[in-house]
Amino acid sequence: MQKVVKQRMMALNGDEAVAWAVKQSDVDVVSAYPITPQTIIVERISDFVHEGEVDLEFIKVESEHSALSACVGAAAAGARAFTATAANGLQLMFEILYITASLRMPVVMAVVNRAPSGPINIHCDHNDSMGARDAGWIQIYCEDAQEAYDSTIQAFKISEDPEVLLPTMVTLDGFLISHTLQNVSLLPEEVVHEFLGTRKVQRIKVPEIFGDKEVPLMLNPKYPLTFGPLDLFDYYFEHKRQQIEAMERAYKVIERVHKEYAEISGRSYGNGFIEPYKTDDADVVVVGLGSTMGTAKAVVDELRGEGKKVGSIRIRVFRPFPRELLRKVLSEFDAVGVLDRGISFGHFGQVYSDLCAALYGAKDAPMMIDFVYGLGGRDMPQKLLKKIFEEVLEAKVKGPEPVFRIRGVR
Amino acid sequence: MSKRGWREIPIAGIPFLKSTEYHTGDWKVFRPVIDGEKCIKCGNCWVFCPDSAIEWDGDSVPEPNYDYCKGCGICAEECPVNAIEMVR
Repeated sequence: MQKVVKQRMMALNGDEAVAWAVKQSDVDVVSAYPITPQTIIVERISDFVHEGEVDLEFIKVESEHSALSACVGAAAAGARAFTATAANGLQLMFEILYITASLRMPVVMAVVNRAPSGPINIHCDHNDSMGARDAGWIQIYCEDAQEAYDSTIQAFKISEDPEVLLPTMVTLDGFLISHTLQNVSLLPEEVVHEFLGTRKVQRIKVPEIFGDKEVPLMLNPKYPLTFGPLDLFDYYFEHKRQQIEAMERAYKVIERVHKEYAEISGRSYGNGFIEPYKTDDADVVVVGLGSTMGTAKAVVDELRGEGKKVGSIRIRVFRPFPRELLRKVLSEFDAVGVLDRGISFGHFGQVYSDLCAALYGAKDAPMMIDFVYGLGGRDMPQKLLKKIFEEVLEAKVKGPEPVFRIRGVR
Repeated sequence: MSKRGWREIPIAGIPFLKSTEYHTGDWKVFRPVIDGEKCIKCGNCWVFCPDSAIEWDGDSVPEPNYDYCKGCGICAEECPVNAIEMVR
């Protein structure tokens, strides 16, 4: 086992923490378009480039659609590519999101969660990245700036693993994480370089064209390959099946990378997929994503002080969804409150519906209640979260109805 | 050729055959047939074919390559002497 390395601490906000992770990750190409609350990431990276502190190509583009397209092209040429966006910018990328994943390009993107328009809003909710959850990207939801830094570095290693070769979205709550200052421990740059290595391009066999020779899966005039041609009913489904399998293989890789990173950094987030807090003897738990789950820990402490057996579980990796794990873990409790900072209009919040699917038919499945909160950056104070915990405790006695509850709205 | 499974093809949608081995014209309904008697060897069909599916050496009667010809009929339309018939 490696020793935890000595690190320096800097006061950084979440966006800056991501920019530092990119600076240290030996990234070749960054193409991004500024959008609040992601702007600081782009600004800091361009500062680093301007000051000659990082050796990467910064491609200025006219839109997010082009930003991600440039990253796909760069990645197809063998580069380690990064971009960042939020809300409307992510939506403008939508077409390319699917293309990035289907071309198996290990692009990493920071999504600073912001409520999609309209009406125009710049504050946090999860409906932007939730809308992209089916695009074939790995999704990691962070709780704070430190985790945004750590997860960005891990994301490159996960995405580039030959077993995976899928893009990764690292999300951080707009303003709540992106703009709040925190002490962030930074690994020495050479340690990050050693952890990631330079990007190795996957080699593939195409016997009918190149015989037994393995050729790099990239744009290379020496071994020309076609990227993104027409793929109709005869083979498209097989290529989707490959993506399904790659996502399944990603579980092991995410776990391994999280563990290896913990060994050098001394930091881990639960088992990499979920982070339980005081759940051992808990009767009820609240499950959710992102910065709210930091608040939840404080509320758990408060309620524990009152003698109530409550805990919290933060889901860190949302795609691939840790369904087996959650099925097992949540079956231990009587009642589960699910916090959704997003809503699928006409249905439930996205976390709730995915959890219901994961727990379907489980023998000891708990009752589950969906709490939609915080849309458009509406605050989730400790007081409100405490009330939600109390509602879940009450449901344990009175039953879960109604299972769909909206809290913090007038 | 039997269709391959997901384990047997390259990832990322990379085609596993050379582009010439994909017979892009296998779904046509009509095919152009050139009447060598009427043809004046002007090369119009060769020029206008959007799929470069007319093969022509510059001297003889041009020949459509039915592997790639999609049967659009542009050659028949452009032939100045109506030497090309679209046959079902």
